[in-house]
Amino acid sequence: MKFNGSLKQHWRLPVAVLAMIVAFVIGVSIGPAGPSAWRVPLELINRLPLISLHSGVSGAEWNLIWQIRMPRVVLAGLVGAMLSTAGAAYQGVFRNPLIDPYLLGVAAGAGLGATFIFTVNRAGTSSWIVDPLPLTAFAGGLAAVALTYLVGAAFGVNRSSTTLVLAGVAVTSLTTAVQTFVLQRNTDVVRQVYSWILGRLSSATWSDVRLVIPYVALSLTALLLHRRLLDVLRVGDDEARALGVNVERVRLAVVLAATLGTAAVVAVSGLIGFVGIIVPHAVRMVAGSSYRLVLPLSLVTGAAFLILADIPGRVLDKPAETPIGVVTAFLGAPFFLLILRTRKVSE
Amino acid sequence: MSGKRFAIAVALVSAVALGACGDNKEASPNDKISGATCSDLSGDLGSGNDVGIISLSPTATEMLYAIGAGDQVIAVDNMSNFPESAGGADSKLSGFEPNVEAIAGMNPDVVLITYDPGDLVTQLQNLGIDTWTGPAAMSIDDSYQQLTELGDLTGHETGAAKVVDCMKAEIESITATAQQAAVGREDLTYYFELDDTYYSITSNTFIGQLLKPLGLSSIADSVQEGNDWPQLNIETIVSSDPDVIFLADSKCCAQDAATVASRPGWSEMTAVLNSDIVALDDDIASRWGPRVVDLVAAVGNAVASVGK
Repeated sequence: MKFNGSLKQHWRLPVAVLAMIVAFVIGVSIGPAGPSAWRVPLELINRLPLISLHSGVSGAEWNLIWQIRMPRVVLAGLVGAMLSTAGAAYQGVFRNPLIDPYLLGVAAGAGLGATFIFTVNRAGTSSWIVDPLPLTAFAGGLAAVALTYLVGAAFGVNRSSTTLVLAGVAVTSLTTAVQTFVLQRNTDVVRQVYSWILGRLSSATWSDVRLVIPYVALSLTALLLHRRLLDVLRVGDDEARALGVNVERVRLAVVLAATLGTAAVVAVSGLIGFVGIIVPHAVRMVAGSSYRLVLPLSLVTGAAFLILADIPGRVLDKPAETPIGVVTAFLGAPFFLLILRTRKVSE
Repeated sequence: MSGKRFAIAVALVSAVALGACGDNKEASPNDKISGATCSDLSGDLGSGNDVGIISLSPTATEMLYAIGAGDQVIAVDNMSNFPESAGGADSKLSGFEPNVEAIAGMNPDVVLITYDPGDLVTQLQNLGIDTWTGPAAMSIDDSYQQLTELGDLTGHETGAAKVVDCMKAEIESITATAQQAAVGREDLTYYFELDDTYYSITSNTFIGQLLKPLGLSSIADSVQEGNDWPQLNIETIVSSDPDVIFLADSKCCAQDAATVASRPGWSEMTAVLNSDIVALDDDIASRWGPRVVDLVAAVGNAVASVGK
């Protein structure tokens, strides 16, 4: 990409960041209970240092926003940013626009890990200092991807990234089969597992946020550092090698980083479909296909998207919840078809 | 203990024949009642016939043992954990994925199910085995109806009639006592928690209908019609500020008064401040057999002592 071109593109990132901040304020303002929506932004300003403003938000209402709504919005932002960036990175590293972050088996592995905890003795873990559920889901997700990589390598991953994708499909099937088998033998936990898989943004707390932040930060940093190398990979493995890039090492590093972050967010939020596909593609339509821009834009737009997508979940059917996985898939599926139809996919 | 309160406690004790007093909220009152009352009647329950039964329904299992037909049970499914003598803990049979060959190999005359998960009824019919379906009750009358049918099926008509009479009398008595205790508080609201992702029930459900005569209405009642087991938004739960919280997830999800109080944003809720949090036995709260009385008793205890 020419220097001129990238300069012209620079306005997009600040605009996206601004959109994310607006999405955050809207997300925190709208809910099924609590103060009127317009009072919340005033209260947010009031909470800033050195500024005092009368917003009319009572202590109890602020408690509701701070303890219940805010962690949910922040977690939605983190999950959206992570899934979108990981999706974009996976698509780059495999040069396949249809890949989503769950493809290598993270989600299925995390699901199996969670199922395991539910079936062993969920009641017995309540007294533990650290809840083992997200940790086991995280470990399950990483283990499944490790297996995918081993299987893929055994059949020659160095020559073709397709092998790795196929290995991912196989590992996902295998893991899902094991999960189904375990569930069949423990039918009493089916609803809990199902509820976990549907997505758990609805019960987000600050401790969930604290749990994922280190992994998400590490993963996003690593992925952003690889954005230029992902651009080089776009020309093909052999050409990239000729340019002096260690293709296998880059692929391993990107997959490892994306998997780490994805496993962490899946562990606390369950499965949220389509974000990892629709956001990167929407970004490419606006900003072209250079990963130098696609990755940071996906991060910011993904956060904004999931924060906004979570709002219908809590107000459409109030006081009941609509699982966020349903909302994103509902928005995502038609959008995905649109992408296929217009063929604006740049690679 | 004040005079009024003592009278309530005595009345409740006599009503449900349990040795716990009304203000013992955290110690899950139904632990103390289960096994007594209508699920363990003595005396003449009928002589029974020679119909051999396999029960794939935990509720039907409880009903069979209550009406005195326990010795006609050949096997039960792995969820039938009450009474313990039914042997569900060691069972390999599943009500969700029934193995027709395994069932047929035990030569039952009738198989009891809650629903047909596929073609079970037809398959068993082809092997000359009858089935009886007792779906989840929509009202307490469905429970009585199923008990009566099982009495006819097993030759324990007397036992079934006794259990039904016992349940009717107990529920009526507990309801009356609780109503008396809650005079002036007919507008009590409750949040009934099915699991720790905040699934709940409306007053239209089987349990909701049992709780209504006790002067209780669900905070979930404003959901869209037909969505009677909704997943509630936490903000709504907290801002609805129910008078009582019932936890039907004490076993599955290890929830109790302490875990509820420690949830972010919940500590200032009325029910938390007054310790009006009642941990129920998950199984009792999800079945429609004779132990429904134990559930009503636990709720009655809670109503009698709300805010006290």
